[in-house]
Amino acid sequence: MVEWTDSEREYINIIFSNMDYDDIGPKALARCLIVYPWTQRYFGGFGNLYNADAIMANPMIAAHGTKILHGMDRALKNMDDIKNTYATLSELHSEKLHVDPDNFRLLGDCLTVVIAGKMTVKEFTPDMQAAWRKFLSVVVAALGKQYH
Amino acid sequence: MLSKKEKELIANVWERLTPVADDIGADALLRMFTTFPGSKSYFSHLDLRPRSPHLKTRGKRIVLAIAEGAKDIDHLAVALAPLQTLHAYRLRIDPSNFKHFSHCMLVTLACYLGDRFTPVMHAAMDKFLSAFAAVLAEKFR
Repeated sequence: MVEWTDSEREYINIIFSNMDYDDIGPKALARCLIVYPWTQRYFGGFGNLYNADAIMANPMIAAHGTKILHGMDRALKNMDDIKNTYATLSELHSEKLHVDPDNFRLLGDCLTVVIAGKMTVKEFTPDMQAAWRKFLSVVVAALGKQYH
Repeated sequence: MLSKKEKELIANVWERLTPVADDIGADALLRMFTTFPGSKSYFSHLDLRPRSPHLKTRGKRIVLAIAEGAKDIDHLAVALAPLQTLHAYRLRIDPSNFKHFSHCMLVTLACYLGDRFTPVMHAAMDKFLSAFAAVLAEKFR
């Protein structure tokens, strides 16, 4: 089981409570598809991904970005058992969607950059970043757990 | 591969950041040491606490080297030749740390530039920093 300090829990909660899911989710997913274009392979049915502008304006991508963030909500609400919380989701990504788990890390990195861009240097401190990264690595590990 | 436009964008950003190289460098380093504590092992001789003058000096040196490389991306190996030797034969830093530092530098840039750190700029910067790290590690083996 993952051990969380009080300050780590606080940092994660601060980040989520200040987050506009409808803004951050779409931006993070769009950024991932632009910065790491090979991730577009999983979004063949999502319409126009021709260039950065098209991706950023794509409503299906935006909706999916929001959906992903709400999915991360579940990890926030079950921080002491993220592994089991995501068991079914992990199976889905492995057996049905066939997503290479390395891509979860790439999306996590883009989400971090989007959050950092919204906060100032003084708000998104190194300690907050470290706690956030720990949270993301637990989420990423849980999502990759059911792969075989 | 970096397009002509991306190279111009990158050169431009680093030129604008050169006056605050110590702040940018110190911020990125501190983020790396906090998020990836293993990276501290290479700096046991320095004071790595927040606001330490060592962070600013080392950070400034790194950012200025990156900014210098950004001026002529097509000839990175020429600009980085002495640093290649230093990192390969003396410092012998595990190259995974270059990735950690690059990620933290992207976070620092996002904090400082906000909305101006667009996805297109992010993509170009990530490619540049990856190329920079690859050239830096060329003499490792």
